[in-house]
Amino acid sequence: MVMQFVDNFLTTLYKTVIAENRWRFYLEGIGNTLMMTVGASLIGIVLGILIAMIKTHHNNSGKMRFLNWLCNVYTTVIRGTPVLVQLLIIYYMIFSSASSSAAPYIAALAFGLNSGAYVSETIRGGIQSVDKGQTEAGRSLGLNQSQTMRLIVLPQAVKNILPALFNEMIMLLKETSVAGWIQVVDITRAGDIVRSRMWSFSPLLVSAVIYLVLVVALTSVQRMIERRLAASDRS
Amino acid sequence: MIAVNELTKAFGGNKVLRGINETIEQGEKVVVIGPSGSGKSTFLRCLNLLEKPTSGKIIFEGYDITDPATDINKLRQKMGMVFQNFNLFPHLTVLENITLAPVTLELMNREAAEKNAAALLERIGLSDKAGAYPRHLSGGQQQRIAIIRALAMNPNVMLFDEPTSALDPEMVGEVLELMRGLASEGMTMVVVTHEMGFAREVATRVLFMDEGLIKEQAPPAEFFSAPKNPRLQDFLAKVL
Repeated sequence: MVMQFVDNFLTTLYKTVIAENRWRFYLEGIGNTLMMTVGASLIGIVLGILIAMIKTHHNNSGKMRFLNWLCNVYTTVIRGTPVLVQLLIIYYMIFSSASSSAAPYIAALAFGLNSGAYVSETIRGGIQSVDKGQTEAGRSLGLNQSQTMRLIVLPQAVKNILPALFNEMIMLLKETSVAGWIQVVDITRAGDIVRSRMWSFSPLLVSAVIYLVLVVALTSVQRMIERRLAASDRS
Repeated sequence: MIAVNELTKAFGGNKVLRGINETIEQGEKVVVIGPSGSGKSTFLRCLNLLEKPTSGKIIFEGYDITDPATDINKLRQKMGMVFQNFNLFPHLTVLENITLAPVTLELMNREAAEKNAAALLERIGLSDKAGAYPRHLSGGQQQRIAIIRALAMNPNVMLFDEPTSALDPEMVGEVLELMRGLASEGMTMVVVTHEMGFAREVATRVLFMDEGLIKEQAPPAEFFSAPKNPRLQDFLAKVL
């Protein structure tokens, strides 16, 4: 009974992953998923910092009204519509003439634009969590606003921001699974392609396991960083 | 040195300062007292523009600090400020706290700034804490370091916003001691405090603020022994 189960399992695994070089699909999928996740994270962080700075500066000084308004429109639209719709609009309407080989990069851009709206709130929250007295102390010593932000506020905000950024990255990793809609072979799409060739659903389980392993790996990095940050509080 | 003219400040509809006129000369030690909510901290914070006045003028060493064209960062370098909650930078060591501004603003190179910081730490007997982080220090130690952090900029005036209010009673003495030392060296000081003993002993002039106005001012001997304003008489009766 047990032997038969193990035998069945191994046979299915062989058919799902190794036969006809099917692992190549998964490998391509992992590559594209990771590229989109990392690319989108970087775009999201840069965009998020920019938006958070503009909003914080506007709140503190009342300046940059137009840019602040623009940021508000951006975050409202991004957070108010599904990421898949955004992806389709960006791919079919904005980059309608792009070649299909560019699709993974366009997807990374779309996910990055999406992530930026969420990351900006995370970063803004992190900046706001730093006591106002810190800014006042910096300014009272004659430091200007950007020096105070860079040398005093941001280094303290990072501690609150980093864990949330990792959460965002984990979410992104899974969100990229909709990239198959624009023919990107990511982990989900890879499983789906193999499924359609095998007439079996087992490839979807392989996709799921790959995601799970990646997320668990990311989570353990997150834990490690949180432990380090906590340790620097105690020392 | 500082001239305040018809200064008002409102937070929304709440008028905290209702027209302050005051001149502070070089070398004066002005102590501001008054009930909470009287506007004394707001007044002090307007002097270096941490609060933006609603109307009125503040002239510091000939520059109108309320004029948007004035480089306030430059003027703040000459006005040290000490806060109730110390506001040391928790992510920096004591030494880095002291040297950050002079080095960033290129008033001194790192070596000179560290030498200066070491001398200041020596003066307050905390040389051994140079590499420590603020959270490992007592409140009294933190506040004394906050004071020398401001002194490291070589300010012409020091503003103190209730510097001992957040301290445990046994640590008040060491902070006041340092402030006395500064006063005796001729530093111009504006001090918002509830320490009447300090006011009596160190102040050249005591201001009583109430309801957003300076209701009475006098040298300490006269101020404490012969108060004229009934609100001040009432206030002194409660705190002395």
